[in-house]
Amino acid sequence: MNSPQPHIVVENLTMKYGDFLIQRDLSFSINRGDIFIVMGGSGCGKSTLLKHLVGLVAPSGGRVLYGEQSFWDLSLAERDILLRRFGILYQKGALWTSMTLAENVAMPIRQYTNYSEPEIRDIASYKLALVGLAGFEDYYPSEISGGMQKRAGLARAIALDPEVLFFDEPSAGLDPMSSKLLDDLILELNRGLGATIVVVTHELPSIFAIGSNSVFLDADVKTMIATGDPKELLRTSKDPRIIRFLTRGEREA
Amino acid sequence: MSCTFGHTLSGDGTLEISLIADASGVSGDPSAVLRSIETMRPGSRVVLSTDAAPFIAPLVIAPPSLAILFKIATLCAQREVSLSFSGFPEQVTRQLSLALSVPARKGARRARGEDRLIVSIGRASVSLIENLTGWLSFLGELLMALWLFIRRRARVPVRDIWVILDECGPRALPIVTLISVLVGVILAFIGAQQLRQFGAQIYVANLVSVAMLREMGAVMAGVIMAGRTGAAFAAQLGTMQVNEEIDALTTLGISPMQYLVVPRVVALIIMMPLLCVYADVLGILGGALVSSLTMDISLAQYFNQAQIAVHMRDLWLGVSKSGVFGVLIAISGCLSGIRCGRSASAVGVAVTSAVVSGIVAIVLSDAVFAVITEVLGI
Repeated sequence: MNSPQPHIVVENLTMKYGDFLIQRDLSFSINRGDIFIVMGGSGCGKSTLLKHLVGLVAPSGGRVLYGEQSFWDLSLAERDILLRRFGILYQKGALWTSMTLAENVAMPIRQYTNYSEPEIRDIASYKLALVGLAGFEDYYPSEISGGMQKRAGLARAIALDPEVLFFDEPSAGLDPMSSKLLDDLILELNRGLGATIVVVTHELPSIFAIGSNSVFLDADVKTMIATGDPKELLRTSKDPRIIRFLTRGEREA
Repeated sequence: MSCTFGHTLSGDGTLEISLIADASGVSGDPSAVLRSIETMRPGSRVVLSTDAAPFIAPLVIAPPSLAILFKIATLCAQREVSLSFSGFPEQVTRQLSLALSVPARKGARRARGEDRLIVSIGRASVSLIENLTGWLSFLGELLMALWLFIRRRARVPVRDIWVILDECGPRALPIVTLISVLVGVILAFIGAQQLRQFGAQIYVANLVSVAMLREMGAVMAGVIMAGRTGAAFAAQLGTMQVNEEIDALTTLGISPMQYLVVPRVVALIIMMPLLCVYADVLGILGGALVSSLTMDISLAQYFNQAQIAVHMRDLWLGVSKSGVFGVLIAISGCLSGIRCGRSASAVGVAVTSAVVSGIVAIVLSDAVFAVITEVLGI
């Protein structure tokens, strides 16, 4: 194994909505092949951080580096090339409701490759099968359950075999079994595709099951208070806020 | 049958509050108690006791009772005064400690209250400027996307254009038919009433045909489409925004402007002039109906007179106006939709603002057209 290579580096990132400060001075790095957890209590800006990482919202200060490139200093065309290597699973799946599942998955493939229509259709079916949705190609998102929508969203996210996969609260609204399956799927993708994975979540079982690195955001001081392997954090951290969070408040510092 | 808060300050600075409640629970005015807690020094004690044990059951249920106790407890916490309960059943104290366990986040509470006039004027002007710049930058982006589309360099889903064309064209025909025939009828009636006084009823044909071609056809079709299609655009895009579908497009590197807005604008630019011509024809027919049925004007006379009255430029004026209206409707609909917030009520707001700004834009631009045509003598 090589020594860890930083894949995504966040430097002094400050996030604001208008005048309202969300988080300030975030600095951490995500290594290639990490499963990186963004955790913290509700409303501390986890999803907002994700939006900054994937280029939906411009930071009000600081930089987000992908390899050597600073995302927000790139031209639009260069950003497009970077974006192409991302896959994102949104909180509610965010499938395009006017298209069938196969069309949803086919969209990124059609956007970025020159495969023929039958080839694209086959790839879409294959990706749907990967997430356990074989045979659902011609269903519309409104015709399937929430958990299935989420998996279909995952199929769309991995359509282009991305280098970085972002998950926004993957287990929100799923029953424990489905969320376990999704965790296994994330691990599988991490090993199989060698993808770097960034997960926003506050589900403790998932955090310990899949996380290999993390950042902990705090809503009161409005900045990060720890970064590292969550299991390691639980073992070594002296910070009562982190211990309370990682043990559901059952153990105090 | 009233509840009372008795309070006494004992020698060592401890405030003893006794709660005398009856079956209706606690509903009395605690302001005297709250005032005296406010004057207490940090570190002193408050004892909240009750002898209303028999009535505690309704006390637990009645939310106002607990809310009053909660108010007292928060104030104590703020003043760093220690609070103890005596005589309250465990459910009550447990619930209160649950409510107090997460203190209000600092700065989370929004300041409420009336803004002074100058502040509201300031806010209104800032939001007006923001709206205007929003419109302009949206227009700029749209023009760039349209330019790419014309040069065939944009990723515009052509299939969607057909779907939208069908949605805003053929499907709008019944309502456009109804409204424009009736507008023609109304114009003819008003005209007939006035022109009868001079015995010049035949000029009803002039009035109806010129008015329909130059103004009413385009404006009525525009207003209908603002309420029908502009609202639909805003609702579609707004829901997509709530659903994060637009984010999903953006992060795929697909421009929502090219993928969602351009097809809608193009469809309305194509469809509005056609609807306008259709409305013109039906309005003139409505006028013909009235004049042949209620006046002594035959259809042949009516159309003959109309032919003398109208010129090709009247038709062109109306049709080109309707094209502009189409763009304005599509922009207000799509802009409101894309700017939509992330909640269900935000979609409602987006739809309302799409329709309102669409109609305002139509009327304003029509006024501008009126001035221009007057000056140019068209």
